[in-house]
Amino acid sequence: MTHTLTRVRTTVNEEAVEFLCEPRQSLLECLRDILGLTGTKEGCNDGNCGACTVIMDGRTVNSCLVLGVEAEGRKITTIEGIAQGSELHPLQRAFLENAAVQCGFCTPGFIVAAKALLDAEPNPTEEQIRLWLANNLCRCTGYGSIVRAVQQAAAQMREVSA
Amino acid sequence: MKTRNYAVVGTRPIRHDGADKVTGRARFGADLQISGLLHGYVLRSPHAHARIRSIDIRKALAFPGVKAVVTAADLPRTPDRVVELADGPVRLSHLRGNILASDKVLYKGHAVAAVAAVSPHVAEEAASLIEVDYEILPCTLTAPDAMRDDAPILHDDITTMEFGEQTGKVCNVAEHFRHVLGDINQGFAEADVVIEREFETATVHQGYLEPQSAVALWNNDGRVHIWSSSQGAFSTRDAAAPILDLPVSRLKVTPMEVGGGFGGKIRIYVEPVAALLSKKAGRPVKIVMSRRDVLEGTGPTPGSYVRVKLGARKDGRLTAAQAYMAYEAGAYPGAQVAFGAMCIFAAYDIPNVMIDGFDVVVNKPSTAAYRAPGTTQAAFAAESVVDELAEALGFDPIEFRLKNAAREGTRRADGPKYRRIGCIEVLEAMKTHPHYTAPLGGPNRGRGVAVGFWFNVGFPSSCTISVNADGTVNLVEGSVDLSGTRTSIAMQAAEVLGIGAGDVNPTVADTDSIGYTALTGGSRTTYATGWAAYEAAQDVLRQMKGRAAVLWGIDPASVEFEGGVFRADGRSTTFKELAARLDMAEGPVIGRGAVNPSSVGGSFAGCIVDVEVDPETGKVSILRFTSVQDAGKAIHPSFVEGQMQGGSAQGIGWALNEEYYMSPEGAMLNTSLLDYRMPTCVDLPMIDTVIVEVPDPDHPFGVRGVGEANIVPPPAAIANGIHRAAGIRLRRLPMNPPVVVEAIWNRRA
Amino acid sequence: MKWFDYAAPRSVEEAIYLLSTRPGARPLAGGTDLLVQLRAGAKQADLVIDVKSISEVNEISYDPERGLTLGAAVPCRRIYGDRAIREAYPALAEVASLIGGTQIQNRASLGGNLCNAAPSADSIPVLIVLRATCRVVGPGGAREIEAEDFCTAPGQTVLQPGELLVSFHIPPPEAHFGARYVRFTPRNEMDIAVAGAAVGVLVENGTFRSARIALAAVAPTPLFVREAGQRLAGKPANAESINAAAEVARAAAKPITDMRGTAEYRRHLCAVLTRRALEAAIARAKEARS
Repeated sequence: MTHTLTRVRTTVNEEAVEFLCEPRQSLLECLRDILGLTGTKEGCNDGNCGACTVIMDGRTVNSCLVLGVEAEGRKITTIEGIAQGSELHPLQRAFLENAAVQCGFCTPGFIVAAKALLDAEPNPTEEQIRLWLANNLCRCTGYGSIVRAVQQAAAQMREVSA
Repeated sequence: MKTRNYAVVGTRPIRHDGADKVTGRARFGADLQISGLLHGYVLRSPHAHARIRSIDIRKALAFPGVKAVVTAADLPRTPDRVVELADGPVRLSHLRGNILASDKVLYKGHAVAAVAAVSPHVAEEAASLIEVDYEILPCTLTAPDAMRDDAPILHDDITTMEFGEQTGKVCNVAEHFRHVLGDINQGFAEADVVIEREFETATVHQGYLEPQSAVALWNNDGRVHIWSSSQGAFSTRDAAAPILDLPVSRLKVTPMEVGGGFGGKIRIYVEPVAALLSKKAGRPVKIVMSRRDVLEGTGPTPGSYVRVKLGARKDGRLTAAQAYMAYEAGAYPGAQVAFGAMCIFAAYDIPNVMIDGFDVVVNKPSTAAYRAPGTTQAAFAAESVVDELAEALGFDPIEFRLKNAAREGTRRADGPKYRRIGCIEVLEAMKTHPHYTAPLGGPNRGRGVAVGFWFNVGFPSSCTISVNADGTVNLVEGSVDLSGTRTSIAMQAAEVLGIGAGDVNPTVADTDSIGYTALTGGSRTTYATGWAAYEAAQDVLRQMKGRAAVLWGIDPASVEFEGGVFRADGRSTTFKELAARLDMAEGPVIGRGAVNPSSVGGSFAGCIVDVEVDPETGKVSILRFTSVQDAGKAIHPSFVEGQMQGGSAQGIGWALNEEYYMSPEGAMLNTSLLDYRMPTCVDLPMIDTVIVEVPDPDHPFGVRGVGEANIVPPPAAIANGIHRAAGIRLRRLPMNPPVVVEAIWNRRA
Repeated sequence: MKWFDYAAPRSVEEAIYLLSTRPGARPLAGGTDLLVQLRAGAKQADLVIDVKSISEVNEISYDPERGLTLGAAVPCRRIYGDRAIREAYPALAEVASLIGGTQIQNRASLGGNLCNAAPSADSIPVLIVLRATCRVVGPGGAREIEAEDFCTAPGQTVLQPGELLVSFHIPPPEAHFGARYVRFTPRNEMDIAVAGAAVGVLVENGTFRSARIALAAVAPTPLFVREAGQRLAGKPANAESINAAAEVARAAAKPITDMRGTAEYRRHLCAVLTRRALEAAIARAKEARS
């Protein structure tokens, strides 16, 4: 049996892209190894740490558990697509201002997940923030600074849209 | 330099690598892409203890896409010797043995062979074709078991070192040491109450989110370039050189960003394997560990058996303390029991002490440092008995500790006398914190406290600072930045130079580009490399004063510098102004600093925790947590708070749910983050922090390293809280729900 | 992972054709179990059949008269995001929000949960107490299987070669009905249940008209404890009946000791969780509108 690569046409960070991959390559692998978007990380490869979080058609997913071929026709947002040009997103600024970044490895996953949260719920309670982010592990911060960063960004974004 | 009011030190600037970290641009080990890259996969032992009869790599080598296969046979053969590495001395044969097993595998997950291929999937498939013929041997998995006379022996060439002398006895006990202070028999005789208890802790992992990875290129000129995600470029070089039998001049290590270390990334694992594969394949090779590899094949912290006996008089004074500490070293000697022994009673002034420590090999992964290595296990035991003793004598737990607190001049059982320390200040801060007296209503709720200590290390650090014409400076240092240290180091230079933190551009350099700098660990980085930056900045000032003197035609000795301004004879110029006027014909201004601090001040930490126990399910919830720590001087308070919160979170996970579930055959059953349960966002409350500042006597700003002591008290504090909540004393970690429920039933029975 | 081919059929017929003609084929919905298992070598596949483009497998249709038809591959997030489901079957919406975390819930499905047939599956006891039936289509035609009969052993189901689970059907909610699933996990999220109890009760005038009790993680398959539910019929909805039912549930459990819990601890939890689930379900039944 010959192993032919599959052609995938998808949109990543608002740009149309096309690549060839093996069906067994996860979306995470395709983003990192084929498209060179190494901001999304592998922490566990089985859906338990959230370091690989991307937004697919408006919903957060663990990209380690999505096949690259499933990206066909979809819209993907990665950490590389969060900043607005050269302007950091309020979440990115808030993470820095609240020292919610220590080693920084979980940071892309958290920012992408938090962005999806604030898109769905602009005024989340602390409990809602924690529950939404339960799929994202951080080993450095104890989460408090991350929660505060999300709260700060939410407040700033509400102010802007008010 | 120790002034009260600092311009930069004590502020909270945004870290210099912030934009990269929040945009995904920061490059961690696995992110490196270079041309011609091959991917490596490591084959690991399925058995906890077995002899390797043969390894047949032919089918793997023939698999399409495979470019190289290596085994221990590809490691150089040189006579055995002891190598001094960042985390202690180690036999070269043991160091090599853990990289690729030669005649025996000593734990499930022990690396046996590796394949380099065109893709990670191809490498993995090819590795499954390697045929290893094992002769399975019985295994031993805990220190008490491994110490028995009939226990299976891991190493024929390990004989017990007892009290510094070789006994010649072939045994799993690599070392038995003892610390003695005074006369414990006398001390216990004087006590009105004596309590002796036994404790056990299970193996736990540092749990960093980024698996180990490395890229290696064995270049055609014979130089080996390693890009490593580890806790030290120089410490990686120091370990790789003897393994590969290369002089350090032939090795260059480039540090990548690191996704968490906590001590577990001091050792190297895949770097030499990648180098060997690269040598054979003639191309660079990247190896990224899977999460399973990390749990099974790196260095968790020792499981332990600790017995603590404490005696005190009715007036609350401790008269004697004794500890028996047997730690699981894993496959090779070097359990962190020596550190645990240094710290177990470190918070107390006790006249009579005896501590026996045992370094015991077992068929588990070779243990490595984990944030105050060996000390959390020790404090779980000691602080639980202190709590019980205080209660028996009718003392408030903090008052009892204050009555016996270590202070300047107190001698520890392992020898050193304290210089200025902050133990009492930490206890006082706990006592006066609103958390300590807040009402804790409701059934099944209790409050516990505990304290801990880590001695912190010095070791060499280097730094150079070059002045730019616009008045900014480039600072080059060699400390891998785990959590923002490039900024706290830059801040110390900025303070000296009278410029802003943002005017310093820090770079973490590779081993070719900066002077020797020891590991990022041991709570030394902000302390020692910051000190090197301070010295480099002072050197810059000396040179700048010279330039000002030339400009003004005066003797350099009459130039003064204060508040960012050079002054002499009524003339003045700021750092920035002078930088713009540096005559390049005189050459650039480059300052250098190199330090190797020896008498380092340790850090005390304490915590207060409120817990709620569900008596039906045994679930323990953390309602409120306050962490207190002596930072000496907090250069960047947010970073210090972050260390305290992070260490506390790890301590909570260690206390409640984390452990290696081992099968009787020595297999870890929970090799995924699903069942190796670290706390999630929903499992923790906000962790409050109090930074106490009792300056280190020597450091220019009074810094004490803070990375580690904060993980030490939480398990004991939680156990003490559970006692008050449910009337049970738990003496085994983790204190998971079934254990809690059973203890409650036993109490009712 | 070993190589596999990928197909994304657009019809049930096409999917069944592939399943029947390629013995190493496996269906893929959310992938949150399958991909983990393929990577670990616990399962093999040489063809992965993505069922997410087949409309019947991915639709939600609710009618107060006819009940709920839920596509097998509908992700959890769409289940609890559906207002009609939240109102008519709150226990179903709740269990869908318990599985994993946000990212998992955006992909994982109840069909996947059921076909994976883990003894600890959270949603299966809920499907059982809601009287769900499973529509399975194969080369020989379509058949309906009751949720409690679907799993036969850990990881094993009644699916024959070539068959595909297409959808669930849940009867319309009755007045005075309340259901609740309570599970125990060491952490607050992200864990597999150590034990779980689902309960569905019809309570009128303080008396049980009927009850169904099903347990997770305490037997080789999700355990429908018929006897415990049957014994409640006609009994008053009070502590005594609840405790008696909890004891029957505990006695029926056949848990093992594994890394997630000991047998004794799981048996103990059965009783605790059944009791808590009954208390909550009764309260819900009292509030339920007709």
